[in-house]
Amino acid sequence: MPISRRTRTAVKTRPRGTVLAGLVLGTLVMSGCGPAQADNSLTWYINPDAGGQAAIAQKCSDESGGRYRIETSLLPNDAASQREQLARRLAAGDASLDIMSLDPPFVPELAEPGFLAPVPEDVAEATTENVVEGAIAGATWKDELVTVPFWANTQILWYRKSVAEAAGLDMSGPVTWEQIMEAARAQDKTLGVQGAQAESMTVWVNALIESAGGSIIVDPEATADTVELGLDTEAGIAAAEVISTIGKDGLGGPGLPTQAENESLIGFQGDVGSFMVNWPFVYPATVAAVEAGTLDQAVLDDIGWGIYPRMSADQEAAPPLGGINLGVGAQSDNPELAYEAIQCIVSVENQSEYFVTNGNPPANTEAYEDPRIEESFPMAATIRDSLQVAAPRPQTPFYNEVSTGIQQRWAPPAAVDPDSTPQSSSDFITSVLRGEQLL
Amino acid sequence: MTSAIPARTTTASPAEAGPSLEAGNGNGNRTKAGRAPKQYSDRTRAERRLGWILAGPAFVIMLLVTLYPILQAIYESLFRFRLTAPDERAFIGLENYIVILSDPVWWSGLWTTVLITVVTVLVELVLGFALALVMHKALKSVRGLLRTAILVPYGIITVVSAFAWFYAFDINSGYVNSWFAWLPGIDENLNWFAQGPTALFVIMASEIWKTTPFISLLLLAGLAQVPDELSEAAKVDGATWWEQMRKVIIPNMKAAIMVAVLFRALDAFRIFDNVFIMTNGAYGTEVLSLLAYRQSISRLEIGLGSAVSVLLFLCVLLICFVAIKLFKVDLAGSQGGK
Repeated sequence: MPISRRTRTAVKTRPRGTVLAGLVLGTLVMSGCGPAQADNSLTWYINPDAGGQAAIAQKCSDESGGRYRIETSLLPNDAASQREQLARRLAAGDASLDIMSLDPPFVPELAEPGFLAPVPEDVAEATTENVVEGAIAGATWKDELVTVPFWANTQILWYRKSVAEAAGLDMSGPVTWEQIMEAARAQDKTLGVQGAQAESMTVWVNALIESAGGSIIVDPEATADTVELGLDTEAGIAAAEVISTIGKDGLGGPGLPTQAENESLIGFQGDVGSFMVNWPFVYPATVAAVEAGTLDQAVLDDIGWGIYPRMSADQEAAPPLGGINLGVGAQSDNPELAYEAIQCIVSVENQSEYFVTNGNPPANTEAYEDPRIEESFPMAATIRDSLQVAAPRPQTPFYNEVSTGIQQRWAPPAAVDPDSTPQSSSDFITSVLRGEQLL
Repeated sequence: MTSAIPARTTTASPAEAGPSLEAGNGNGNRTKAGRAPKQYSDRTRAERRLGWILAGPAFVIMLLVTLYPILQAIYESLFRFRLTAPDERAFIGLENYIVILSDPVWWSGLWTTVLITVVTVLVELVLGFALALVMHKALKSVRGLLRTAILVPYGIITVVSAFAWFYAFDINSGYVNSWFAWLPGIDENLNWFAQGPTALFVIMASEIWKTTPFISLLLLAGLAQVPDELSEAAKVDGATWWEQMRKVIIPNMKAAIMVAVLFRALDAFRIFDNVFIMTNGAYGTEVLSLLAYRQSISRLEIGLGSAVSVLLFLCVLLICFVAIKLFKVDLAGSQGGK
């Protein structure tokens, strides 16, 4: 008797259970549907800024006379997280990625598997006219323009006039790393460099190696198991010597091992500030600090700027290059419309406006002729000159591995040994790329 | 997948899960002798059926959201698969596991994780017990306030508390260096996050600050279960406070202690937020969750990342297994003592 009741219960509950599971599954599937979109609406995934991209989106939407409407969608704060989100969405075939603000180093990784819609020839021609060399290089993969340069960033050398004067340095011309290290040492000041285990470390290493005439990657288009690194070269060793000296001699101060761009700015504004390599954002940030009353006007008046330091007196420096390019997702429903919108976004006046309001330098040299720029950014000419000689970080689909590998082996600066670090980091990255080691 | 789950819950479960639930109650010895369903009374079976009707939906959803991803991860871990190179996906068997287990990065991550787990759980257990005693003995008038105050850290989102601790110790914005400069080894130039030991200290301190309330709450429940007559009887027999504690109270709340330790150990072993915010794994603070994150999310190496996750899961299972075995023994022991 008990057995038969047991069986009955089982038989009775089975269909009920199936229905229940079906309901649950149905709810899960349905909740995964994205928001419905109007046909002419474009989504622009933007990196966080001071509101400039949203303003441009609004302006272009209005100017299009209803042909399209750009809606912005905010990406995470740091470049690495932006890349993670975009790559995941692109790999999953997300059709909402109409326009994306992309950091140049991550372009090849997305272009190689065909995640980006091809740039129409007329758009490519129109959007690369008068654009600085480095920005075009960062927008290109395998000799083809795959994204459109929007704004271009570069690091310049910021210095305290008082310190440079005391060191007897002629700042009207280029200086070398040796000179600024000596000046900081002699006056017991700290250098504003980025020694944290973060992307800023790769930026620094790349700039030093490029300035010494080398390259982190010798053949950028090679596959993962054949890629050849240029770390263990004369240029790589020279870079390691600079980083190691700054670390071991305490020239970067005690905060160096955890110091990225923002932290170096804080140090530079302090009493021990001397020289700093950093992006142009530091100027509006310093002006804002003075206006807010947290910083003396005297500090602002003491700040000067010049081209990135050289590795040797007779060789031109290759400053870091950054910025944002605009790409269109391959799965976008409206690639033509998206490229039409991009042409509006990167127009010369929009680039000037964006520089003035948000402090992000234009990729187009013509945009620097706007008179408002000289007013709010007295160093605009230096930035433009720096952009012309700036070198991009390695363009490779495996950029994340290369960069993370460098960060793990070249930070903290005090642990860098010119005799071993270039080679060990090179071996490490090579074996990670071959899939023989974890990162 | 969809058809397999309901079939499992309706047909297999009453027979399979029933006895093990019984065993969990400590009556396992009696029912184990006869597994045949005939042995159960009608009432037991009706209760069991009600139990399944009530718990069934939750069980099905649990399977959907946990079992499926786990199986998927195990499957993916057998491939060389990079999200940005979908065409190069290839089956490589256990090669990912060989790469991971032969890599010192895995072992140092495991060591750091174990260190964090052991230290935080031990410290939390001692602190949590003290706090539980305070809460237990506190005057009625302040009891509510005291419990709230103790529970506040646990209510704070981990990312927020991680940032709070990070900025407190940060060399640029932190106040810890100037407040504690009188301690040997601490001065304004101490960069807490520049080397492993000091960075781990901050990470563990933050972890302890945040989760001690959880342990103390579990221990408070255990304390409340110890009958007052027992300690009173011991007092009459002339036992000191320490003897009461060691011979009466702690043995009687062993089950609560074991549950607290198990839950916290599992939690601590999967630590992620604090490390991610404070050091992002730099300078010898890499933990296993972060290692899995770096492979699957940053590198988009789904195969390798899944393998790390599967290994992490196995470690957690191992902790569960060991703890539950210990737990059972203790439970039986404490009951035998009554």
